[in-house]
Amino acid sequence: MITVAFLKAAIIAGTPLLFATLGEIITEKAGNLNLGVEGMMLMGAVIGFQMGYSSNSPLLALIFAALAGGIGAFIYAFLTVSLRANQVVSGLALTIFGTGFAGFVGQKLVGLKMTDEFNDFFRELKIPGLGDIPYFGEILFNHDMFVYLGFITAIILGLYLYKTGRGLNLRAVGENPAAADAASVRITRYKYIHILIGGALCGLGGAYLSLVYVPVWQENITAGRGWIAVALVIFSAWNPYRAIFGAYLFGGLDIIGFRLQGTGIAISQYVFDMVPYVVTIIILVIVSLRKDKRNAPPKSLGEPYFREER
Amino acid sequence: MKNGSAYVSMRDITKIFGTVKATDNMNLDVTKGEIHALLGENGAGKSTLMNMLSGIYIPDSGHIFIDNKENRFTSPRDAIKAGVGMIHQHFKLVEVLTALDNILLGYNVGLFVNKRIQKEQINKIMEKFQLDVDLDKYVFDMSVGEKQTLEILKTLYRGARILILDEPTAVLTPQETVKLFKIMRRMKNQDCSVIFISHKMNEVMEIADRVTVLRKGRTIDTLIKENSNPQELTELMVGRPVDLSIKRIDKLTDKVVFKVRNLRADNEEKVEVLKGINFEMYQGEILGVAGIAGSGQKELCEALAGLYPIKEGEISFKGEDLAGKNPKEFITRGISMSFIPEDRLGMGLVANMDMVDNILLKQYHKSKGFLVKRKPAAEKAKEIIQKLDVITPGVHHPIKNLSGGNIQKVLLGRELDSHPELLITAYPVRGLDINTCLKIYDILNEEKKKGVSILYIAEDLDSLLGLCDRIMVISNGEVTGIVDARKATKEQLGLMMLGNKEVDNAD
Repeated sequence: MITVAFLKAAIIAGTPLLFATLGEIITEKAGNLNLGVEGMMLMGAVIGFQMGYSSNSPLLALIFAALAGGIGAFIYAFLTVSLRANQVVSGLALTIFGTGFAGFVGQKLVGLKMTDEFNDFFRELKIPGLGDIPYFGEILFNHDMFVYLGFITAIILGLYLYKTGRGLNLRAVGENPAAADAASVRITRYKYIHILIGGALCGLGGAYLSLVYVPVWQENITAGRGWIAVALVIFSAWNPYRAIFGAYLFGGLDIIGFRLQGTGIAISQYVFDMVPYVVTIIILVIVSLRKDKRNAPPKSLGEPYFREER
Repeated sequence: MKNGSAYVSMRDITKIFGTVKATDNMNLDVTKGEIHALLGENGAGKSTLMNMLSGIYIPDSGHIFIDNKENRFTSPRDAIKAGVGMIHQHFKLVEVLTALDNILLGYNVGLFVNKRIQKEQINKIMEKFQLDVDLDKYVFDMSVGEKQTLEILKTLYRGARILILDEPTAVLTPQETVKLFKIMRRMKNQDCSVIFISHKMNEVMEIADRVTVLRKGRTIDTLIKENSNPQELTELMVGRPVDLSIKRIDKLTDKVVFKVRNLRADNEEKVEVLKGINFEMYQGEILGVAGIAGSGQKELCEALAGLYPIKEGEISFKGEDLAGKNPKEFITRGISMSFIPEDRLGMGLVANMDMVDNILLKQYHKSKGFLVKRKPAAEKAKEIIQKLDVITPGVHHPIKNLSGGNIQKVLLGRELDSHPELLITAYPVRGLDINTCLKIYDILNEEKKKGVSILYIAEDLDSLLGLCDRIMVISNGEVTGIVDARKATKEQLGLMMLGNKEVDNAD
């Protein structure tokens, strides 16, 4: 069953993208464009790997990966929220920093592997009942816990954004911070918290790559996935539910080239590597032609907020 | 109005922006159940003072007492807790959310929102104050009047007992203003304190119980409206006796310089917004354009300046058809446009640039050589500052930091500086105080004397009737008539604005 195996693999390949995309969605919903996704993923990946390798504890590895992403995000938040620095520049700086940081810390980790005991933690878990449905069970409900965690996070984030009071406040902060401020929402606090959570999710996305997906340490392990996540945010119109679909779709594109080679159809993987960006451009064109205000980016995205500014 | 001690009391409030004292030891007392007007020119410190009462700005010194208790507000949150709600000039609403979500925003901290219960509570408030808001409507679908009612409802839902309205009528139609005043009276009857910021004398006289006059950052006096009159208030506000009448000078010639025939244009949605406009203009006359907002004024004045694509029709200036030519050709022939949009900065000036660069925008192509010469433009800027009394720290100060009136003077000054023969000016006095308005009318009359033809698009019928020679009324993209401003009445114009063709009592 080539297709079942392929679809299953697409979901696995899409999982790091999903984490990073959700992280960037929650960041952008707070009105901050953080282009440091790639950097935060790398920081999470390398710290998670280092921690897992030296402690042999998967849980510690995950916690530290999230922390690493969060620390990266904290630098960004301090620059853009407290100092009101340019968000694009700060984000790019974070990516460059994260890449260098991961290269430096990872120097002595290259080629190292985790123990079998460690890897066993991320084994495939079949969900009783659902996992036995023909085809679908294998594709959707026969995965490691990280994959489940991914879509549970997406659903929780969706509920948070659209059904809770705090989610409403967050959306208002990203749309019109002056209005939210006048309505007694604490802007700085909201921005900080959500940028940090976003960074932690990116860190986890990176950790999935180094701990489960690859799972050997290699230089530049993210290979541009952070940028795909930035594009995916637009693709999913800042909606966490759509991000699930988008991440798995782009995950599929990520691996389709190699799969096709096995069947004798030779299309270079590089061609497929371009597809996510082409799709994103097409989506951008469609969105700007339709002018639907509900699927548009948060209005104050990229702009610093200063209450006393006139 | 109730007697007794003040409910809100602001004492010796000082706030300094940079080197400018925005408020200098200001004092204000407002009691329960009164409508208290804050009257002052642009830059008198009205909004700054109120922003401190609502927690947006923190005063540098001074005390704020509410119900005899001293308060120190460090954020709007604190002010709301103390019962202060402010309706800002630029609404603080999130466009992509519904009315209900905007009301609940920042207020509901429980995990999940129970919209049904909240709706019931909100409906009760709407009944009490007889407000009418569709809670499920998105803000981007709302008219300005609806948005304002929503803002009021939002503040009342948060339990505001002190309501500040910052120039609430500036963006409203006359009908919406009547509605707003009814709401304000109801709030007064419910024992709320209503603070009404305005510089429109007739509105203050109509609605206020007491009036506090501010001038240049200082409190001048607080008067009971019944014991005062517009003349006295104006003098206090301006600081010297003012003649409130608008002067009109007779037009000079009967020479037609500008002719528009059957002008038609579509908007982006392919709906016809200009439906065959015909008119002509004489040399040295002011032709007013009246109409309900959105009747095609913006498209008309852009089309006449070559900025809006026209479908068919003729725009002839001194016998030459300019239809289809680009804006630069309009400029070189001496046609100039100044449009003051609702947000003042949207069109015409670049907010982050200083005066010199903004002047250069329209002139750089005239100078020879590869590099831009700043010096002549800087001198022009100084000239404009002097001629039009622009208040600014200097010619290199970013435009966006000037007050609204001064921005408008800069825009108008730049347009006049190109010595146009035809000046198209839309809403040049929008949001300005009496004194600045009169100044701008003088400037326009000055130009008229030189033989410039002026197309004057405005909302305020009083100024149209006082200043113009003739008034063209447009309704829904059509000209419903051109009347003699000396004979026309407000009622007649009102009917024509609603689409009735020329009503017989003029011309």
